[in-house]
Formats: sequence, structure tokens, C-alpha cells
Amino acid sequence: MPFWSNPAVRGGVYQVTVLAGVFALGAYLIDNTLDNLAARSIRSGFGFMAREAGFELGESLIPYEPSDSYARAYLAGFVNTMKVSFAGIVLCSILGLFVGIARLSKNWLVARLASFYVETLRNIPILLQLFFWYALIIEVLPPSLDAINLGPGVFLSKSGLLFPLPLYDPAHAWVGLAFLVGIPAAVFYGHWAKQRQNATGQQLPRLLPTVGLVLGPAIIVFLILGAPLTFEVPVFQRFRFVGGGELTPEFLALWLGLSIYTSAFVAEVVRAGILAVDWGQNEAAGALGLRRGLVLRLVVLPQALRVIIPPTTNQYLNLAKNSSLAVAVGYPDLTSVTNTSLNQTGQAVECIAVMMAVYLTLSLLISAGMNIYNRVVAIPDRR
Amino acid sequence: MYKKIAMAAAGAAMIAVSASGSANAGPVLNAIKQKDFIQCGVNTGLAGFGIADSQGNWTGIDVDFCRGLAAALLGDRNKVKFTPLSAPQRFTALQSGEIDVLSRNTTNTLTRDASLGLHFVGVWYYDGQGFMVPRRLNVKGAKELNGAEICVQAGTTTELNLTDYFRANRMTFKPVVFESAEEWRKAFFAGRCQATTTDVSALASVRSVDAQNPDDFVILPEVISKEPLGPMVRRGDDEWFAVTKWVLNLMLEAEEKGITTENVDQMRSSTDPTVQRLIGNRDEMGKKLGLAEDWGYKVIKQVGNYGESFERNIGKKTPLRLDRGLNAQWTQGGLMYGMPAR
Amino acid sequence: MTDAALPIAPPRTGPTAWLRTNLFGSWRNTLISLGSFALLVWAVPPLLDWFLFESRWGDTPPAECRKAAGACWAFVHEKHRLILFGRYPFAEQWRPLVGMAILLGLIGASCYRPFWRRWLLAVWAVGIAVMAVLMWGGVFGLRFVETTLWGGLPLTFLLTTVGVGAAFPLGVVLALGRRSKLPIIRAVSIGYIELVRGVPLVSLLFMASFMFPLFMPSGVQINALIRAQVAIILFAGAYLAEVVRGGLQAVPRGQIEAAAALGMGYWLTMRKIVLPQAIRLVIPGIVNSFISTFKDTSLVAIVSLSDLMLSTRQAIADPLWRPFFVEGYVFIGAIYLVFCFLMSRYSQHLEVQLNTGRRR
Repeated sequence: MPFWSNPAVRGGVYQVTVLAGVFALGAYLIDNTLDNLAARSIRSGFGFMAREAGFELGESLIPYEPSDSYARAYLAGFVNTMKVSFAGIVLCSILGLFVGIARLSKNWLVARLASFYVETLRNIPILLQLFFWYALIIEVLPPSLDAINLGPGVFLSKSGLLFPLPLYDPAHAWVGLAFLVGIPAAVFYGHWAKQRQNATGQQLPRLLPTVGLVLGPAIIVFLILGAPLTFEVPVFQRFRFVGGGELTPEFLALWLGLSIYTSAFVAEVVRAGILAVDWGQNEAAGALGLRRGLVLRLVVLPQALRVIIPPTTNQYLNLAKNSSLAVAVGYPDLTSVTNTSLNQTGQAVECIAVMMAVYLTLSLLISAGMNIYNRVVAIPDRR
Repeated sequence: MYKKIAMAAAGAAMIAVSASGSANAGPVLNAIKQKDFIQCGVNTGLAGFGIADSQGNWTGIDVDFCRGLAAALLGDRNKVKFTPLSAPQRFTALQSGEIDVLSRNTTNTLTRDASLGLHFVGVWYYDGQGFMVPRRLNVKGAKELNGAEICVQAGTTTELNLTDYFRANRMTFKPVVFESAEEWRKAFFAGRCQATTTDVSALASVRSVDAQNPDDFVILPEVISKEPLGPMVRRGDDEWFAVTKWVLNLMLEAEEKGITTENVDQMRSSTDPTVQRLIGNRDEMGKKLGLAEDWGYKVIKQVGNYGESFERNIGKKTPLRLDRGLNAQWTQGGLMYGMPAR
Repeated sequence: MTDAALPIAPPRTGPTAWLRTNLFGSWRNTLISLGSFALLVWAVPPLLDWFLFESRWGDTPPAECRKAAGACWAFVHEKHRLILFGRYPFAEQWRPLVGMAILLGLIGASCYRPFWRRWLLAVWAVGIAVMAVLMWGGVFGLRFVETTLWGGLPLTFLLTTVGVGAAFPLGVVLALGRRSKLPIIRAVSIGYIELVRGVPLVSLLFMASFMFPLFMPSGVQINALIRAQVAIILFAGAYLAEVVRGGLQAVPRGQIEAAAALGMGYWLTMRKIVLPQAIRLVIPGIVNSFISTFKDTSLVAIVSLSDLMLSTRQAIADPLWRPFFVEGYVFIGAIYLVFCFLMSRYSQHLEVQLNTGRRR
């Protein structure tokens, strides 16, 4: 056998070739880039991150001033990305779960409506849906001068949705603490009730005590401290309402668009998950006399969840990545800050590299988190 | 096997495409002469400055500068191709050689000179940043804008000037930043913001085109910045830079001397030595720049002088209704001062 | 027990039975049905009014459209050329139209299973070449049209088909690399796939728009269309790799071992044994990737390529017609919807067909 037919030798040669190819390509591109940067006397390096950004952001969860650094602007953009992703994940899960179950409803009309929802929304590009929602908000709603009053202190206009927000009081920290104490108590009660049911067959009420244990201490502490609650109500100033909580049209459009689009995919995942649970389980549970709602909650969903979680993670990731379309509707997310920074500094390579690194980290973190969760909920005795 | 061949063919096609689009190494000027057209970067659509009609014909004062270049260098005002560029894209396009010259209402600043690797050719329009508000808000001056939401376009000096102005006057505002000019205009005229800001000329331009009723919007008197707009070229070809610079000055000086498209044929026989240097061939001005003898004549004959271009595209008789103001000749109280061609 | 004592059994067939089982089975079901019905009654008539009965068609001027209570389809009538073909020279727009018809014909033909032969690839190559000639021109007396003027629906289709077509070989190579026993090759493949899948398409398009020019040696540049196309290929390649990997995993190990026992080498085994089966299994997945890519091409609007999305927004930007943005979005939404819906139905149909084939 000639030596080149030896699989080990061949494997080695392949690997060295690929590695050399990747390095050569990398070196070529980097060399070209450096040449080009030098020829055009464009500055390079990450020094700009510490310089003053000088531009204002439309909204930010963390304190941000134009006199802050580029790094801070990036952070503010990242926090905005997280904000809309998180809100989107919550809303799309709720919508998706309902629509997914509705698609399997025995009720013909409900099933049809749900499948109409899914087929329409997932087949239209997300960008188009975002433009649609944004255009709808800024064209159809009245200007802030004639804002619609939806309730005490709640105003809806082209400037967004404004609502009263409770002002912070030192007592609220204690209320929060009491709330945090309540959660383990509720978890502990749940365990105890389950053990007791296993031991004696006696079924203890679950819902009310759980809610009571979680909220009770917080409410009691709140009342003891004299119920200190004042709301900051939006007030109309020269141009628009100021104060209180605010959801800007950009955020609203992005949030609704992302959630509704992704919910269509989540609904499909939920449906597939439920279908994956053996029909016999349904019948068996029915034979035991469980009501349909209980069958769904106690038998089907817990098993379906394991099938549902991995593809849902993907959908959450997609939602987080699609939030980069914020740049199209003017929401100051990470992509938008990157765009502004690279225009002000001219350092495209560095700015885009930072953006990609952040998204990559975010993606890897979400999938890692979901993998851990997946391991926790897996049926232990499955071989 | 077919797949391999198809792949190879596709690869070859890609390389061919990229090669055909590439400029030869060496000065830009030679490359332009070889390909026989100028690639000119312009606005994606700003009425009066650079805008295409539905047939793809470009007009505007920035467009006229590129036409002037084509007339001077290639003898035909139509030997120019336009690349519409958004504000964020414009410098990369010029740096990378995608375009030969950028004529897209671009402000000259120190940072841009120092860090972009580009040359600023000269001032084509003296502008300044201003504010526009809906008339019904009854705002009389920019100092009243405290707390307003302001629509701006991303990637412009506008964004920074705006922040500086509000910081200096201890006022707050809320920016709504858009990537594309279309989205920015659409949002402002739909009423998303209480004010918008950009160069006054551009405000007049978008008001004339995008507002359903232009009289519903007021441009505030304050001008918060100096915005000398003009064309730019890439560093590395000084001859090309010189051509662009002197076409610009030619068009300015032609106006000062009263040479127009109409009278350029008679003026050719003028005895005024300055006129002779501009449109005749006295002292071989064209040769010094590496151009044809009659470069100046062709520019004025085919495109016109600066004043003609101004009045045709953005002047009092156009929907933009802009005053000459700072852009009048220095002899008329303006700042336009064509450097002597001699 | 006599028959008469039994309650009357509900009929098991006929419309009443259908209604009973599907809509009014229990009081809860009835409630839900009535609720949904109320929703429909509330929503559908006004929508129909807007869409059809109160709408304005044909040559209505915008001022008159504003007075109408319904949709102004006159907007679509007025602007359809701009929406569908972008800034492509008006007189030459038959060329993208014919090109698009060829592409659609090819896509349709590719959906027909008996045509899944080698020659289909050749037909595709010819079809794409014809389309390129039509779009570019400059030969056969056709006027040359530069890529900056391409736009609208033909551009969307072109970006999609070329994108998926070129991404497919890339995906196969990456999928094989990911399952390779050679650690470096595996690492490179996994690194690429995870890197690309971990970032949004927008960031790749930004990279194509701002960074590709810097990657090229000075003097060489690639036009914006090809830059965006490359970004789409790189992006779709990573996703297709995962689709193909699913197929590779489904091919039983025994087959590979059997091939090895016959003395077949790695490449021969892959080409003759594994890939044909694996790819057959994942064709529905590939169709789904095609659908995603079709929708994703709308993002090139962000880097100023005037695809269907951007050309529509340019049409809406006309101040005379600006109030009718909903009509514009509904119009192109319907185009995207119909195409994606048909393709996804086709993919589901294939899934069923191919599965039964395997189970038999």
C-alpha cells in the first residue's frame, strides 16, 4: 500500500491543507485590510471606545449622556436589545402557546382561525411586518397634542404609550425582600404538598396557598410600612407628555412585530410538541376521569415540553437576532448604536466586530442556558 | 461532475464581474479616461441636489458638478454614471474606489479630513443646520424646542451638532434616529416628531417634495452650525484632485465673469484675458491640467456656470425657493470666490 | 329494555352532526364557537368593506382616493411598475419580467419529482445565464443596464435562487466537515456554522456593505449587489449545513460500514451511498430554507438594494400617495404570502411523500 493511501496520512494532509487555507485566507484579508486602512489613513484600534460619544439616544434603561463614552453607548444599546428581546420572548411565548393549542382545538372555528393566524404571519417577512406596525402607529394615531386618553394617566399618541409609574420609596426595597422570601416558601409548600399527596393520597389545594405565600408577605410588609405609593403621572408639557412610564412607538412596533411574527413559529412548535405525545396518553388520562383541561395541564403539556424546548430556544434566538432590525424603525438597539458609531468614527471593522461579538455571546449564552434547563426537565428514567 | 463545472463557471463569472468593475492600479484619472466615464456618488434622492426621475435621469446642483467634470475631462456631460448613496455608505464607497468622486451634500470637517483618507475639493454650497417644525405647534425659535422629540438621520454631522446645541443651551430633547432618509422624512411628515433638523437647504428640499402642503411647515430662523458642503475625492491621485478643484473654480469664476451657456460662443472671442484663460486656450490652461484645450468651453456650454445651475435646481423659481444668500458671488455680498485660473 | 326507552341517538352524519361535534359539542365549546363567531362578525365586514366594497380601483386620482372610506387600490395600479421592477429602465422592463418568468418556471419544474435528474442542474445553469443576459444586456442588441438599477421582484427572486443555489454546495461541505473524524476540519466547520448562526443577517449585510471593500486588494471592488449576494450565501450556507447534517445523521451507520467493507473510500461512500440518501431526506428542509431566504432577502433594503421591499417604500414615499401605505404593504405582503405559502405546502406534501417511501 503506498503511503498516500494510508487514511492517517491522508487525514493529516487534508487537515494541514484546510488549516493552511484558512490561515492564508485570513492573512490575505487582514493584509489587504491593513493596506487599505494605511493607504486611506483610517485610524484603527479600539481606542475610540473610551472617547466621548457625543450623540444622544432616544431611550435608554441605564443612565446615558452624550458626554459618556462610546463603550457606554454600546452598553446602552445592548441593554435596549435585551429589553426588547426579553419582552418579545415573554409575549411570543404566551401568544404562541395559546395559538398552538387553539390549532389543535376540537372546535373547528377556533382551529381554522388559529391556522389562518399562523400561515399568514409566518409567511410574511418580519421586516415588512415591522414597517407595517410602525407606519400604522405613526400614521393612524393622533399627535401627542390630541393624545387618546385610555384611562387615568394613560395616553396613547404618535409619541407612544405613556402610563403612570409608581415612584420609588425606600419601603419598596423591603417589599421586594419579602417577595423574595415568599418564593422559596411557596416552592417548599409545593414539595410538601406533593409528598403528602404521595403518602396519604390527600390532595391539598395548590393554587391559592402558592399565590398567598408569594404575594402575602410582600403585601403585609407593604401595609405595615404604611402603603407608601405615589404615582408619577405623565403631564403634558410644551410638546408632549413627560414623566411616568413610556413605551415609544419604535419600541412598540418592534416589540409587537417581533412577538407576533415569532409567535406563529412558536405555535407550530407547540402543536408539534403536543402531537408528539402519544394519543394513548390522552385516552388513558380520559379513562381515569380527568377533565380535558386537566389532561392538557397534567399529562400532555409536561411531556410535550421536552419536545418543545429545543426548537423554542431556536425561536427565542431568532427573535433576539431579529431585534437587530430595530435599525429600520429607529429603535436605539445595539445595531443602531453600531451604525451611528461607525459613521461618526469611520472605524467600520472595529464597530462591526464588537457588534458581532456581542450577538454571538448572547446567542451562545441563551443556548447554553436552554441546554441546562433541558437537562433539568428531561425525564430522569428515560434510558 | 456537472455540479463541479457549474461551480467553476460561477466562480469564473464572479471573478470576471469583479475584474470588470475594478479600476486599474494607478491614478484615478487614467482609469477614468480608459473606461470613458466618471462614476459619481450622489444622494439617494434630495430634490434640487441629486435626485432621479422615474426614467432614471439625474438632476440637481450636485449632479451638475459631476456633469461638469465629465464635460471637462471626457468632452461629454453624459459620460457620467451615478451611484445613489446613503449617508452611512458614502465614505466607504469613495474609499473603496466604487466611485471616483463624491458629490453628495457632504460637510467638510477636521475629523473627516484627518481620519477618512479623503480630500475635500472645495465649497459647492455654504449651508447651515436649522430646524423645521409644523406650523400648528406655533414655535418661533429653536430655543423653544426644549423637551421636543426630534427626527434625525443617522450617520451625519447633524446628529452631533444637534446634541451640542442642546447641551450648550441646557435644554433636553429626544432623538428619533433613522437609518434611511426615506424613513426619516416619512416619519417627520407623518407627525412622529415635533421637529426635525438638518441643513437648511435640505429642509427646504424635503419640504418642497414630501410635505402635502409645504406651507404647513416652518423653517426656524436659527442656524446652529456652519456646513460647508462640497465634493470629495480619494487621496492618492493629485492630478484628479486638481481637475475636480479647477472645474469647481471654473464654474464659479465663469459666473463672476458673466459667461453663460447662452453667450459662451460669443464670449469665446472676448478679448478679456481672464475669459480667454477660462474658455479659450490662452496660456494652455487645459494642458496644464491634462485636459483638452476647450475644457472650459465645454463645461459652460454643456452644463453652465454655477449661478445657472443654482437657479435651475434650487433657486427662487424652483419649488425649493432658496435665496442665494451666502452662496452669492463675493462681488454680490456672498462667499463664492472662484480662485483665479492663471 | 325496549327500543322506545332509549334516548334518540344523535345522527352520526350530515351537517347537524358535523356542527355538533365540531362547534357545539359541549357548553364550553359552544361558548368558544359563539365568541369566535362574534369576533368574525366584528372584524370581517369592515375589512371586506375596506378591501372591496368601499375601495377605489383603476385610475382614481389620489385626491379622490382620500375621500373614499375603503382601500385605494389605485395606488397599486399607479405604482405597480415601480413596486415590481424598481428603477429598471421603464421601456426595458419586459426583460426582468421574462427573466422572472423563466426563474418561476424553473422553480415550478423543480417541484416536479420526475424531473429530479442531473439534467435539471444544466437547465438551471442555462436559465440563470439567460436571466443574467436579459438583466444585464449589452449583447444581442439589448441595452446595458447596470446592477444599481435592478430592483423589485426579479431582484428578490434572483437573490434567493442564486443565494440558495450557491449556499447548497457550501452547506454540504460544511455538514460533511462537521461530521468528519478529523479534528481540525471539524473545528473549522463547527466554528463557521456557529459563528454565522450566532449573528443576525443584518450584521453580515453591514459587513458586506462596510467591510468587504476593505478586504479587497486596492483597486479591486465588487459591486453592492454581489456583496449582498455573498452575504446571503454565507448566511444561508450555515443554515443549510445544519439541515444537511440532519439528513447525514439519519443514514444508518450500517450503510457506511457496509461500504467500507466493500473497500469504498470516504469520498466514494459519501458520493454514492450517504449523500444521495441524506439529501433526499432533507429536501423538505431545503425547501424551508428557500422560504426563509426568500423572506430574508427583504433585509437587503437596509443596505439600499432596491428589492421588492425598498421599491415599495420608494413608491410610498410619494407625498401624494403617502396615506396609502397600507395598500402597498398589503400588496407585497400578499406576494410574499402566496409564494411562501405555496412553497411550504409543497414542502409538507413532500415530507409526507418521502416519508411513506421510506417506511415501505
